[in-house]
Amino acid sequence: MTDVLEVALRLVLILVAFLTLPLLVGQAEHKAMAHMQSRLGPMYAGGFHGWAQLVADGVKFAQKEDLVPAAADRTVFKLAPAVGLIPYLVVLVAIPVAPGGGVAQELDAGIFFVIAVMGIGVLGSLMAGWASANKYSLLGGLRSAAQLMAYELPFLLAAASVAMAAGTLSLSGIVEAWEPWWLLWQLPGGVVFFIAGLAELQRPPFDMPVADSEIIFGAYTEYTGLRFALFLLAEYVGIVVLAALTTVLFLGGWKGPFDTALWGAPGVVWTLLKVFALSFVVIWLRVSYPRLREDQLQRLAWQGLVPVALAQLALTGVVAVAIS
Amino acid sequence: MDGFYGGYALVGLVLLVGVSFVTVAFAANRMLRPTVPGGDKAVTYECGVDPVGEGWAQSHLRYYVFAYLYVVFAVDAIYLFPWATIFAAPGFGATTLVEMFVFLAFLSVGLLYAWRKGVLAWR
Repeated sequence: MTDVLEVALRLVLILVAFLTLPLLVGQAEHKAMAHMQSRLGPMYAGGFHGWAQLVADGVKFAQKEDLVPAAADRTVFKLAPAVGLIPYLVVLVAIPVAPGGGVAQELDAGIFFVIAVMGIGVLGSLMAGWASANKYSLLGGLRSAAQLMAYELPFLLAAASVAMAAGTLSLSGIVEAWEPWWLLWQLPGGVVFFIAGLAELQRPPFDMPVADSEIIFGAYTEYTGLRFALFLLAEYVGIVVLAALTTVLFLGGWKGPFDTALWGAPGVVWTLLKVFALSFVVIWLRVSYPRLREDQLQRLAWQGLVPVALAQLALTGVVAVAIS
Repeated sequence: MDGFYGGYALVGLVLLVGVSFVTVAFAANRMLRPTVPGGDKAVTYECGVDPVGEGWAQSHLRYYVFAYLYVVFAVDAIYLFPWATIFAAPGFGATTLVEMFVFLAFLSVGLLYAWRKGVLAWR
């Protein structure tokens, strides 16, 4: 009975994190972007600084008619948002937030599982782009695919570097093995990982697949109402997942800069702080950088990030053997 | 829920939770939304004018070579993971490290070759 309760509790916690953290990031984005651009952002909904804006948006999306274009491939079109969203929920299972079993399910091949499942999310964009039977959607979908192929590799290599340093594929094991000087040792890998993850989420400055000034909204052009909302949710859960993974792999997860027992700050607090700090960086980059052109995107990946990631692998290998 | 595969039972459960979340969301959506199908709403969106030709247009896949490169590299990179867990363990050390450099050299030569061939330029 207690087992069933515990499993239920874990499932509920995952679902709560899945539904609230993206809203917090979204609200932070509204406000941070507004202030960086010298405006207020939403101020009306809910009274205090428009805190209920995203809830109101959700209600609006849920009330809108569900349109499927006559020319579209109906089944694939309708399925695409779910395929784009659910992988990010599944990834949350393996992300540790606190020491001593502070993870929904400890997986031996955690890092491998997480990267594999995250890659599935992009299939949602590809399905949406193809099934919409719209030229802009098709272009957007193909751009998504090109971007995934270019950035998945540096993403994978940078993650492999941490696995080498820690000598384990388990995410909790990696955080346990992590020491502060890894910040410097794994710095190039960490930067590559974060940039490549940003590109996989198609966040600005890597938002070529949804470039609104040239292809409307890319693969999501034909979507309305709840299906569109699910794609948006997927983007923001994606930010949380990327921030959490960078935290776990490169920033020491639940470990704080000073003895946490003394200050009474539990590991979860550190994890969440780092996740929010990185999410803020994601938002910040969106405001700061212009969109990269398609050829610049490919060049950055193949001639910039991949060589750096390979060099990081070599560095990690030499240092790991030297200290063992 | 023990053992290597036992751990994935919860993953399966979360997948179910995800599917039911989407199902419930659409059930609620069905009750809340109006349904008046047909008309101009169902026309493919092309900036307000009638669509020209069909949506599944032929387009030039400039990056098919990138796709090949990706497959080659990704398959290689997968072998890094099992190796990463043991290469610094006692009894391995320098030999495995040299092997890694051979492996990295193969990858780098492949990348350099593609680069020199001009494959990495977007034309």
